[in-house]
Amino acid sequence: MQQGISFFPDAASANAPEVDHLYYFLIGVSVVMTVLIFAAVAIFAIKYRRKSEDEIPKPIEGSLKLEITWSILPFLVMLVMFGWGAKIFYDAYTPPKDAYLIYAVGKQWMWKIQYPEGQREINELHVPTGRPVRIRVASEDVIHSFFIPAFRVKHDVVPGHYDDVWFTATKPGRYHIFCAEYCGTEHSGMIGWVTVMTPNDFQNWLTSGGAEGSMAAQGEKLFQQLGCSTCHLSDEQGRCPILRGVYGSQVLLDDGKTVLADDAYIRESILNPNAKIVAGFSKDVMPTFQGQVTEENLLQLIEYVKSLAVGRTNQPPVQQFGGKGSAPAGKAPAGKTQ
Amino acid sequence: MSASVQAPPAAAAKSNYLNADYGWKSWLFTTDHKRIAILYLVSITIMFMFGGFFASMIRLELVTPQGDLLSSDTYNKFFTMHGIVMVFFFLIPSVPATLGNFLIPMMVGARDLAFPRINLLSWYLYIAGALLALGAVIAGGVDTGWTFYTPYSSTYSNTYVMTAVAGIFIAGFSSILTGLNFIVTVHKMRAPGMTWTRLPLFVWSHYATSLIQVLGTPVVAITLALVGLERAFRVGIFDPALGGDPILFQHMFWFYSHPAVYIMILPGMAVISEIVACFSKKRVFGYYFVAGSSLGIAIIGFLVWGHHLFVTGLSMYASMMFSLLSFAVAVPSAIKVFNWTATMFRGSISYATPMLYVFGFIGLFTIGGLTGLFVATLGVDIHVTDTYFVIAHFHYVMVGGMVMAYLGGLHFWWPKITGRMYPEGWAKLSAGVIFLGFNLTFFPQFILGYAGMPRRYHAYAPEFQVLNVLSSAGASILAIGYLMPLIYFMWSLKYGPKAPKNPWGAKGLEWDVCDSPPTTFNFDKTPVVTEEAYAYAKEEEEHVIG
Repeated sequence: MQQGISFFPDAASANAPEVDHLYYFLIGVSVVMTVLIFAAVAIFAIKYRRKSEDEIPKPIEGSLKLEITWSILPFLVMLVMFGWGAKIFYDAYTPPKDAYLIYAVGKQWMWKIQYPEGQREINELHVPTGRPVRIRVASEDVIHSFFIPAFRVKHDVVPGHYDDVWFTATKPGRYHIFCAEYCGTEHSGMIGWVTVMTPNDFQNWLTSGGAEGSMAAQGEKLFQQLGCSTCHLSDEQGRCPILRGVYGSQVLLDDGKTVLADDAYIRESILNPNAKIVAGFSKDVMPTFQGQVTEENLLQLIEYVKSLAVGRTNQPPVQQFGGKGSAPAGKAPAGKTQ
Repeated sequence: MSASVQAPPAAAAKSNYLNADYGWKSWLFTTDHKRIAILYLVSITIMFMFGGFFASMIRLELVTPQGDLLSSDTYNKFFTMHGIVMVFFFLIPSVPATLGNFLIPMMVGARDLAFPRINLLSWYLYIAGALLALGAVIAGGVDTGWTFYTPYSSTYSNTYVMTAVAGIFIAGFSSILTGLNFIVTVHKMRAPGMTWTRLPLFVWSHYATSLIQVLGTPVVAITLALVGLERAFRVGIFDPALGGDPILFQHMFWFYSHPAVYIMILPGMAVISEIVACFSKKRVFGYYFVAGSSLGIAIIGFLVWGHHLFVTGLSMYASMMFSLLSFAVAVPSAIKVFNWTATMFRGSISYATPMLYVFGFIGLFTIGGLTGLFVATLGVDIHVTDTYFVIAHFHYVMVGGMVMAYLGGLHFWWPKITGRMYPEGWAKLSAGVIFLGFNLTFFPQFILGYAGMPRRYHAYAPEFQVLNVLSSAGASILAIGYLMPLIYFMWSLKYGPKAPKNPWGAKGLEWDVCDSPPTTFNFDKTPVVTEEAYAYAKEEEEHVIG
């Protein structure tokens, strides 16, 4: 937690010192260059000041050698900056597989956090030290940006996209979460706090508090309320793909392409069912749920669909679906209702 | 460069472009590039004052961490209008439409631009665009930020987005037509002997600027039109709820708007090259490299837009390419700084006000350019993007660079434009005040940004207050610095001493041949150019008339 005056942000993640070191390097190079240029300008301005009104200095054409030198040398230094920066960026793009996943939905003007275990918070995030944490960010409305200065991480939260921010917190304390992308009236009020706890404290926190069941359990409830279960769990008429074992598999589509059944695919299939049709099934059977489910609901549904994949067979799911749907194509009452 | 011309007819009270005709019609229907430049000068000065008013209100609000002076909505509208007015209605036209318009025909030895009536049309389009943009303010304001990011601008904002977008759309054509006019003029209107390699670097830089204006501006026009289409008719382009992609907007917007920052800075570099040569009495070191680097900036500048999207989810390898290309575009800018500095080496340097602005420009642009490397560096950009670090970087380049160059240029050519000298003492004082005020305003913002303060915040965390107060204090000094030239320039119109033809002993057709102020058609007889640009050394032997 910051108090008093801040001239430099706390460094509370494993990533923060790395970014700071690169920052110091950039400052170092900048100071050297600035001093060199300022000194040259000052020395020339004083040493070669005009001594008489009719003084005409000897013209100097230029120097190819100098031009080449002062083009290539700085560029070489820049290549170091580039490589170093790209390395940090690469790490930011590749979260460890075993990172603990937490969901954050940005909404004008708050952060809604959910944990797989079921806890939900608004503008508060709790994370343990020493364990990689991955925050999956989604937006309910406009573009936001999830920014924790003390961790030196930031990612835009773009509606229609899922993105990940990951970090390993190192220092217990409370740090700002800012929205860094302008999002309307209360943009500057869209701030929260991340509380970094020791692993024990975190475990205690996670298991206390009255959660309404895990995210997957909440998703299952929704799955039934919205009527998804009537078709997608067991369908006598064979109108829809059964979702057991689908998550994480390659799904064959009716245009012959295959697609990985990941979070983005499942999200799209709920909001825009006609975008990708599984081979053997028809368009316009499933109604869209756009406007009926929030981003948080979507994440819960996805968690549930994920849980259905546990223990799935390794057979490609397309073979399990097999036969043609019996509903006549395009005759379903629901469809593009938007 | 000297030129062979007939000795001017010894008419007693020679007419010039200012007294050749009187009355409002002679201004509003003029096709004289110099009068159109004056029309622009007045218009952009008014726009600068609007933009400056919004900036002042922003800085006043940020004196305290709480949002207490303005409401959130008003604050959001003020920073939006500050951006729109300053970028589209001040910085983009600033040097090209005033000094460029005034000087390019004279510098190439022509009577006017290639299309004088299109030049006037440009100004009317600018005025129409500016009136629409200001109309949006009077109607109730716009709150999208000058970047108009979707889907906020296309779906969520309840403000006058359409009016503002229409204003920018129309002003865009003004910019395109000015660029087109300059390109054709440089190609077709050069005087005999004015070869490409004899062109003043001012012209080279404006030529590069014009290329970007002509090639880039249509893209932003289309992009903003699409925002309007989505807003008015719910056509799904950018809003994901309608099947669009909000990131597509950012690609299209920055495809223009990153090159647009070079539209804003290249003309500033144009001015610096002229002034540094004149007050070092020496040709610009590495003429070909300075000229070539302008084109290099224009070309590479089109390939770096993705560096605005590093945290949007742009693919990792695309991000790396954009990062590398962004470093590449820094090289030609560095070349310019090194060459200007080298021009002073073994020169004969005097410290008139325009040269003070050159010192200021080199210093501030160096800091602005170097901090550009921070934001091009992927790992650091994740942390500093969308914070005050970016605000500081941008203002070091645009205000520290471009506005310093613009003021330097105004002082330098003021005698030519108005036929009057400005008061040198006041001018030096104001240059110093501006330099101090600028640094106090914007340097703390680098620190604020790295400390984590996001941009566009109406209220902020209390630990950021000290730096914000410093910045606001600097802004008040800066405001005084900007008011001073406004006052003494106007004073000089009536009371300034009459300017001789060439008060600085500068080289160039506008100084060697044209009067101060110039006649309506600039030259009595088409000049013939016989020497390189900036031939200070050969002045005596080359003074051939005939």
